Amino acid sequence: MSILTEAQAKTILDKVIALSKADECTATLQGSIEGNIRFALNNISTSGVVTDTSLSVAVAFGKRSGMASINEFDDAALQRVVRRAEDLARLAPENPEFMPIIDKQTYTPSNTFNANTAAITPEFRAQVAADSINPCKAEKLIAAGFLEDGQSFVAFANSKGNFGYQQATGFNYTCTVRTEDGRGSGWVGHALEDAATFKASHDIEIAKRKALASREAKALEPGKYTVILEPAAAAGLISFMMNFFDARSADEGRSFLSKKGGGNKLGELVFDPQVNLVADPWHPEAPVMPWDGEGMPRTKLPIIQNGKIANLSYSRFWAQKQGKQPNARPGNLLMRGGDKSIADLVKGTSKGILLTRTWYIRMVDPQTVLLTGLTRDGTFYIENGEIKYPVKNFRFNESPVIMLNNIDELGKPVRVAGDESSMVMMIPPMRLRDFTFTSLSDAV
Amino acid sequence: MHRREFLALSGLTAGGLLLPSFFGNAIAAEQLLETIDPALKKRLADDALSAAKAAGASYCDVRIGRYLRQAVMTRENKVQGVMNGESTGVGIRVIANGAWGFAATNELSQAGVVRAAQQAAAIAKANAKFQTVPVQLAKAPSYGEVAWKTPIRKNAMAVPIKEKADLLLGVNAAAMAAGASFVNSTLFAINEQKYFASTDGSYIDQDVHRIWAPMGVTVIDKASGKFRSRAGLSSPRGMGYEYLEPDPAERFELPGGAVVYRNAYDMKADAIAAAKQVKEKLMAKSVKPGKYDLVLDPSHTWLTIHESVGHPLELDRVLGYEANYAGTSFATMDKREAHFQYGSDKVNIVADKTQPGSLGAVGWDDEGVKCKQWDLIKAGKLVDYQTIRDQAHILGKTESDGCCYADSWSSVQFQRMANVSLKAGSDKLSPAEMIKGVENGIYIIGDGSFSIDQQRYNAQFGGQLFYEIKNGKITGQIEDVAYQIRTPEFWNACAAVCDQSDYRLGGSFFDGKGQPGQVSAVSHGSATARFNGINVINTARSLG
Repeated sequence: MSILTEAQAKTILDKVIALSKADECTATLQGSIEGNIRFALNNISTSGVVTDTSLSVAVAFGKRSGMASINEFDDAALQRVVRRAEDLARLAPENPEFMPIIDKQTYTPSNTFNANTAAITPEFRAQVAADSINPCKAEKLIAAGFLEDGQSFVAFANSKGNFGYQQATGFNYTCTVRTEDGRGSGWVGHALEDAATFKASHDIEIAKRKALASREAKALEPGKYTVILEPAAAAGLISFMMNFFDARSADEGRSFLSKKGGGNKLGELVFDPQVNLVADPWHPEAPVMPWDGEGMPRTKLPIIQNGKIANLSYSRFWAQKQGKQPNARPGNLLMRGGDKSIADLVKGTSKGILLTRTWYIRMVDPQTVLLTGLTRDGTFYIENGEIKYPVKNFRFNESPVIMLNNIDELGKPVRVAGDESSMVMMIPPMRLRDFTFTSLSDAV
Repeated sequence: MHRREFLALSGLTAGGLLLPSFFGNAIAAEQLLETIDPALKKRLADDALSAAKAAGASYCDVRIGRYLRQAVMTRENKVQGVMNGESTGVGIRVIANGAWGFAATNELSQAGVVRAAQQAAAIAKANAKFQTVPVQLAKAPSYGEVAWKTPIRKNAMAVPIKEKADLLLGVNAAAMAAGASFVNSTLFAINEQKYFASTDGSYIDQDVHRIWAPMGVTVIDKASGKFRSRAGLSSPRGMGYEYLEPDPAERFELPGGAVVYRNAYDMKADAIAAAKQVKEKLMAKSVKPGKYDLVLDPSHTWLTIHESVGHPLELDRVLGYEANYAGTSFATMDKREAHFQYGSDKVNIVADKTQPGSLGAVGWDDEGVKCKQWDLIKAGKLVDYQTIRDQAHILGKTESDGCCYADSWSSVQFQRMANVSLKAGSDKLSPAEMIKGVENGIYIIGDGSFSIDQQRYNAQFGGQLFYEIKNGKITGQIEDVAYQIRTPEFWNACAAVCDQSDYRLGGSFFDGKGQPGQVSAVSHGSATARFNGINVINTARSLG
């Protein structure tokens, strides 16, 4: 039952819309089959499959709205869920910020489904674990990792004739390799569309190499350093900052994008002119659904253009109030870069520190988006274009706004694996000046 | 902690077409009071247990769960959203050929649970081919058919939405009248109706309740463009709606004038205080970085205990099971053998899954183990960890500590933190008496920014209110404060802990761990405690 075809989904949704007596109605069906495997200490620890399907009905009478869900789909169940949503709506308080449902839209499908990824079996997952573990065992290293894959569909229809259906798959692999003595640790992460292109035995070599190379770390004094952030290390900081691109917060004066005296910084130069960020649901390596959670069609949306704020996130309510165009919430984040690899950036560095991964990133001060966090799983000192030796991990206190004003050079963007942030992202490696480390960490 | 998830929840409006997955399916408020017939749950559980055994499982547990979550979200004079969520299904875990397998389904029928049991056995067998060490499960007694319920006085799910919305809108109005520019307030109520059955012969029906009422009060100085906020000083609790009914006996006025609460919260009074304190924050001087003696209120200390004691003493982390994400632990097994001096002799830390009113209190954990209290650190020395059935033997234990939890029927249960608390001092000592003895210090109230490394050595914490202490007296608020610690040095710098009359619980409603990520709720108690010579940094920056 989990994955319905477009025709099956449309039949159910049409029945729901026809059953509703409310001023407006939106019905959403979604289903998923998600599989995962965890391994640690060179052994499989847990593994499972979860299937789920549900129908959600949202209705409104005037500015009063109600929502109900169900996971049965016979006619009596559909009748029941519609009546329940309507009963809730009649009892609900009026919402002064109520917005009517969206009109009929045309969505351009994005390529979010891959048949190879949808066909993953428990044996495939066990093999990924084995291909990660065995090369580690052979070199007295210890692997701990996680593979999560899944297939899903979402379909929705509303009483203005709008309809959307699309299937999706997902694949996210991460693995940490540690030395037996606990003095070295390396990490690799990989998110992709086509599971057939994945080779754990290839990826694991990256984590192994970093684990072995990070033993005998030396302590450097905390302070300001030139750093190279690998894409995964940069992604956590940049995605955190994107939480604060909401136009309403900026207009209300409680965002780093608020202007002194009122208004927001839309159109202003806030970052280094090398910074370009867009959202694009049709990106071949990082596709996402062509609509957002409200069914608003996503477009290719510039967010930062040559360092200037190109678009803030306007909800439909706030856009109407401010006389602006609303935009769909971005589903991905694509940062432009150059052609250079991480190795090329290292070659061009006279003195600096290479960061594999950043961790436990939290807000310290929303006024400046000051974030704190730590480096982990491969931190190295660079001198004269070469990695010289591993260094002990640092705690940083740094604002991504300041960091993206201190860009020395950007490399070639890559798809980053979900780590602390699950946002779909293409991020380049980057060399930055004056990155602020405030203390040392003994953690390996 | 999944603070990011919480931020995402707080930012929700009624505009979305679906509830966030955490809430499950949207239902009517009155359905939050419904339960599933235990006889039906027993029948389904027996079907699953039989199917698993027939499929070759040597052990099986079945969790039939109905997870109810309600949120009422407001800002200023508006109710932004009301969510009544339900998620019902069954999770089946088996051991076959020495390996674990897990499958979950929302089809609560005989066919549905039998299929999931067979799927779990098939997954276990696929994994067993690569398993070098078979799973060893510590024994758990058969408890037969038993039940447990959080001792609540007033079921929050039974309180009409309108009453909750009126409470929050009243809180918001009070904050605005006291000078706030913006205020958000939210009420979360959670009820986990969990049924556990296993091939050990236990059938455990539990009804678990939790409540949380967070808020944020912001004041903006338009001329300077500066804004400051303060979060509410309440705690999430394993209680009913009675927690939100003010009681003067549960109110604590602290040195410096801030007011905090124990077992009953006055949300409106806290909102008014917050607005006044945030206005002071905008004028407060910026801290001079350096070494200070810190006096930490329990509304703050819970988070430091959570991050620097609770997590590092989870045995699965110590062993390396969380190495890929949450990390490992500096508190390695050899340190227990050596009675590692984790803290000063003032530091006594207990784990407790039975503490009344706490978030972690249950009768049995999610693998059928009866809950208890035990020591982790005694007079500063490390004496024990927290563990579950398939790791207990590694500690030389014959029974689990009862720390297994899953946040949903669809999540596989694994080790989660018990309530871990700092015992109050045995000598009579109040916060006011403690502060009198501090020459150059900072008094911190409320939890703020928090971050700690993957082995739990280096941590940084902020707070909500920071008061400068000079020569035994509070001089006023200061700002831009964060302190950085190395865990063992910090706990060894603990110079005093106030007595039991000052003991209060704080806690986390959304503590994150695991892959795929799961949340759990856990409390941490303490009395006000003093830590000498701690490194404080200044967090002010300029964006130019």
